[in-house]
Amino acid sequence: MTYAQLIGDWQALAVLFVAGVVPNQIWRMLGLWFGGGIDEGSELLVWVRAVATAILAGVIAQIVVEPPGALASVPDVLRYGAVAAGLVVFLLTRRSIFAGVVAGEVFMLAGTWWLG
Amino acid sequence: MALPPLDSPQWQSPWRAFAWGLRSITQTILTVVLFVTYLGIGALAHDTHFSLLWALCSTLFVWAGPAQIILITTLGSGATVIQSAIAVTVSAIRLFPMVVSVLPLMRTPTTKRRELVFAAHLTAVTLWVECHRFLPQVPRERRIAFVHGLGCGLVSVCLTANTVGYFLAANLTQTLGAAILLLTPLSFLFSTARNSREVADVVALTLGILLYPLAAKMNSGLDILVSGLIAGTVAYGVHWWRQVRA
Repeated sequence: MTYAQLIGDWQALAVLFVAGVVPNQIWRMLGLWFGGGIDEGSELLVWVRAVATAILAGVIAQIVVEPPGALASVPDVLRYGAVAAGLVVFLLTRRSIFAGVVAGEVFMLAGTWWLG
Repeated sequence: MALPPLDSPQWQSPWRAFAWGLRSITQTILTVVLFVTYLGIGALAHDTHFSLLWALCSTLFVWAGPAQIILITTLGSGATVIQSAIAVTVSAIRLFPMVVSVLPLMRTPTTKRRELVFAAHLTAVTLWVECHRFLPQVPRERRIAFVHGLGCGLVSVCLTANTVGYFLAANLTQTLGAAILLLTPLSFLFSTARNSREVADVVALTLGILLYPLAAKMNSGLDILVSGLIAGTVAYGVHWWRQVRA
C-alpha cells in the first residue's frame, strides 16, 4: 500500500469538503436552526415527517428502478421479485426486518443462479 | 440486551447513558446492513482511485451513505465539483426533515441549541429510525448522551467497514456486488415499514415508492423531491382528514 493510496493529496480532500461535506451538512444545520421552535406533536412536524418518509421511499424506488453498478446486471423481474418476496416474508413474520432482507436476497441470488 | 427501566439508577450518569447507546448498536440488523454498505463504499473508493484517508473522511464528515455513493461515482466519472455538489445536496435534502423531527425527541426545556449540534451531525436514516425505536425507553434528560453513544458506535462500525472494504477492493464478483447493493433498498424499506405506526406513515411510504417512477419521467433532476413532497403532502392530508372525522 503506497502513500498515495493511504493518504492521497490535499486537493482531493478539499474537493471532498466543497462537493460533499458542505452541500450535505447544510441541510442538517438548517434543520437544527429552524427546527428549534417546533413542538414534537405539531401539525407541521407530522407533515415534515411524512415528506421525509416519502423522500426515503423515493430513494428506495430509485435504487430498484434505476439500479446502480452491479445491480444493473440483475434482470428487472428479479429485482422487483426480490422486493415483493421480501415484503411477503416481512409481513408473514410479523414485521421481521431480518427475515425480509434475507428472503429478498435469497430470491435474487437463487434467481440469478437459476437463470444462469 | 434490554435497556434498564426509565427510573433505574443506571441512567443517572450521562457516561452510562452513552455506553448504553454504544451497546445498542448490537440490537439492530441495521448495524449489519451499514457494515455491508460501507464495505461497498470502501471498495468503490479504492476502484475510483480515492485514498483510504479520503474514504474515512467522507464517512466521518458526510455521514450519509447515499450522498457518499453519489459523490464518489460522480467525481470518479469526471463530473465537475459544482455538478457533484448539486447532486449531493439534492440527495441530502431529506436530512432536513429528519433532523427537524428527531431533535425534539432529545430536547428538554433547558437544552441549548449547541448541545444538539453533534446529534444533528449524527442524524442519518439509520439513526433516525433507531431513535424512534429506542428513545421512548430512555429518560429524556439522558437522550442526547444516548444518541451520541449510538452514533459513535455506528460511525466506528462504518469506518472499520470502509477500511476492510478498501483492502478487499472489488474482489467481489458481479453477483455478490449486486447482492450488496440490494441490501440498501430492502433494509430501508422494511425498517421504515416497521416504524410505520399510523396510516399516514404507510401512505407516505407506499405512495412515495409508487410516485417516484412517475416523477422520474419528468427528468427535472429533482425527481425525489417532487415525488416526496406530493406523496408526503397526500399522506398528511389523510392524517388531517381522519382527525377531522374523529
